[in-house]
Amino acid sequence: MTSPSIRAEGLTKRFGPTLALDRLDLKIEGSKCVGFLGPNGAGKTTALKMFTDMIFPTAGEAFLNEVSVQKDRKRALAACGVLIETPEIYPSLTPTEALQMVGKLRGLSDAALADRIPGVLAEVKMGEWANKKVGKFSKGMKQRINIAAALLPDPEILLLDEPTTGLDPRGMAEVRDIIRGLKRGQRLIFMSSHLLAEVSDVCDEVALLNRGKLLFYDTISNVSTQFARGQRAIDVGFSRPIDDATLGTKLAQLTGIASWERMDPLRVRLKLSGGTDGSIERLFSEVAGLGVGAVRFQESASALEEVYMTQVERGD
Amino acid sequence: MVANPVASSSVAAGPQGGGRTAIAATLPGTLDQIVRLTRFQFRDYLRSRRFILMFAIVGVIGLILTSVVGYFRPAFISDPLAFYGSLWGGGVPFVVVLAAVIYGADAIAGEFQNKTGYFLMGLPIRRITVYTGKFIAAFLASLAAVALFAAILVANGAYYLGGNALPWQLGESFILAVVYLLAVLAAAMMFSSMFKTSSYATLLVALLFLIGFSLLQAVVSGLANITPWFVITYANTIIGGVLSNSCENQPGMHTCKVGGGPGGGFSITVNNATIPEGAAIMIAYFLLTAVAGIFLFEREEFS
Ligand SMILES: Nc1ncnc2c1ncn2[C@@H]1O[C@H](COP(=O)(O)OP(=O)(O)O)[C@@H](O)[C@H]1O
Ligand SMILES: [Mg+2]
Repeated sequence: MTSPSIRAEGLTKRFGPTLALDRLDLKIEGSKCVGFLGPNGAGKTTALKMFTDMIFPTAGEAFLNEVSVQKDRKRALAACGVLIETPEIYPSLTPTEALQMVGKLRGLSDAALADRIPGVLAEVKMGEWANKKVGKFSKGMKQRINIAAALLPDPEILLLDEPTTGLDPRGMAEVRDIIRGLKRGQRLIFMSSHLLAEVSDVCDEVALLNRGKLLFYDTISNVSTQFARGQRAIDVGFSRPIDDATLGTKLAQLTGIASWERMDPLRVRLKLSGGTDGSIERLFSEVAGLGVGAVRFQESASALEEVYMTQVERGD
Repeated sequence: MVANPVASSSVAAGPQGGGRTAIAATLPGTLDQIVRLTRFQFRDYLRSRRFILMFAIVGVIGLILTSVVGYFRPAFISDPLAFYGSLWGGGVPFVVVLAAVIYGADAIAGEFQNKTGYFLMGLPIRRITVYTGKFIAAFLASLAAVALFAAILVANGAYYLGGNALPWQLGESFILAVVYLLAVLAAAMMFSSMFKTSSYATLLVALLFLIGFSLLQAVVSGLANITPWFVITYANTIIGGVLSNSCENQPGMHTCKVGGGPGGGFSITVNNATIPEGAAIMIAYFLLTAVAGIFLFEREEFS
C-alpha cells in the first residue's frame, strides 16, 4: 500500500474581490497529523472545501492520494473521511441510521456496519443516543455524530475542519484524544484549527496560513527550534503589584535571565539566556526566595506561539 | 523568514502502532449508490412533516369533493367518464403541482439552507447521484399522494357508479398524470437548484405552476393568437381530456357546437393538445428541466 497523500497545486480561490486562498502549493505524504493553522478568515475552510469538491478552484487543483478531486470527486474521496463546517444530519434519522446511510453509500457490508457503528458511536461518546432522532440534538452532539461519520470507514485520509468547534471544553479535550488515538493507524490527518494550542497539542506538523497565503509547512519541533533558537521564557505571577525598580534590582540580577518584559502589574515574562530544565528549577527557587510575592511560575507558551503571533501580525 | 511554498516535510511522525482495521469496502457503482441514497431519502420523506402535510391536504381535498358530491349529487354521478373527468381530471393537476412544490422545490435548496448538503457532499458520491436519488425519492413520495387522491375518488366512484364502473380511460389518465408529475417535479427541482433558500424556490414553483403558466397560455393564445404548444398547461389538458365526454375538453383540434337548443347555438373551434402532442410536450419538459437542473447542481458551490 502506498502511503496516503494530499496535494494542492496552485490552489486558488477568489470570492469577488476577496482572494480567499492564494496559490496554495502543498504536498503532505505519509501517516501523520498535520495542523492547518491560521486565524479566522485565513482561508482554511476555503482550502478544505476545494479538497472535497464543495467549492471549485478559481485556479489550481487538489489531489487526494494523487486522484484529482476536481476531475473525479467520487474516486478521490473514496479513501477519505471528511468533516467540513458543522453539517446537519437529516433530523428524522437517528445516529445509527445516519451512519448506515454513510456506510451504505460507501459500500460497507451490513456485517461491517453492524460491527462498526456501535464502535464509532462509543468512541465519540454517543452510544446511549444511538437510536434517538438527531433533530433534537445540540450542536456539540451533532458534531460528535459528524466525527463518527468521518471515522466510520476507517479512512486513510481524514480532512477535518475545526473539528472541536461547537464543543464544550470537555468535548474538545475528548475529540483531541480521539484524534491522537487515530494517529496510531496508517493514516494522514489534516486538521484545520485557529487554536494554536490545539495544533501543537495534537499534531506532528503544522502548515501556517494567513490571509490566504501559506507561510510555512514544517514539523512542530523544527519550527520551535528554528524560530526560538532554543530560548525559553517563564511567566511569573505576583500576588501584589511589583514595581520596575524591584524588578530591575532583584529579579533581573538572577543568573540566567537575559531580559524581562512586563505584561501587567501582576505578571512579568522572563526570557532565559540558557534554557535547561536545571536552570529553570534553580530560578524557580531563587525567585520564590526573593520575597516579592511570586505565586505563579509557568513556562510561557511555546515558541510556536511566538512564530504564530509575529508571522500572523506581520501579515503578508 | 521561512516562507517556503512547496514545503514538503520529510519527517514521518506519530507513533505507528497497529495498522488500520481493515474494513472491506468496495465503493458501489453510481446506479447502486442512487438506489441506496433514494432509500434513505424516501425514508426521510416518510417521516417528515411535509409528508403528513401532503397527505392531510390530499385528504382534505378528497373529503371536500366527497361531501360536495354527496350533498349536491351532480348529474355526472351516473356517468363514469363524466364522473372521473370532472373530479380526477379537475383535481389531479393541482395535486401534482402541490406535491412538486412540497417535495421538489425544497429538495436541493433545502440541502443548502439546512446545511444537510455538507453531510452528503463529504462522501465519495457524484453530484448527479445526489440529484437523481433525491429526484426519485421526491417522485415516489409525490406518487403516493397522487395514488391517495385516486383511491379516494375510486372509493367515491364505487359508491355512486357501482363497484366495476372503472373506465379504462382512468388508467390512461393516471399514466398521463404521472408523466405530468415527472415534468413538474423536474422543473421544481431545477428551480430548487437555482436558490439556496427553500422558500424562494417553493414560492417560484407554486406561482409558476398554479398561475404563471395558465396566464402565459391565455396571453399567448388570446393576444398573439398562436397555439401555445410550449406551455405546459396546454399539454396537461390531456389528463382530463382523455376522460372527458364533453366536446370542448376532448384532446385535439376540433369544432364543437355549444349553447342553444335545436335551432340556436353556434360552433367554436377548440384547440386542445392531442394525446401524443401533450405527452411529448410533458416529456420534453421533464427531460429539459432534468438536464438543466443537473447542470446547475453540478456547478453549485457549497460555500
Ligand atoms: N462564500 C463566500 N463568499 C465570499 N467570501 C467568502 C466566502 N467564503 C469565504 N469567504 C472569505 O474568504 C476568506 C477565507 O474564509 P475561510 O476560508 O472561511 O477562512 P477560515 O476557515 O480560515 O476562517 C474570508 O475573508 C472570508 O470572508
Ligand atoms: Mg473556517
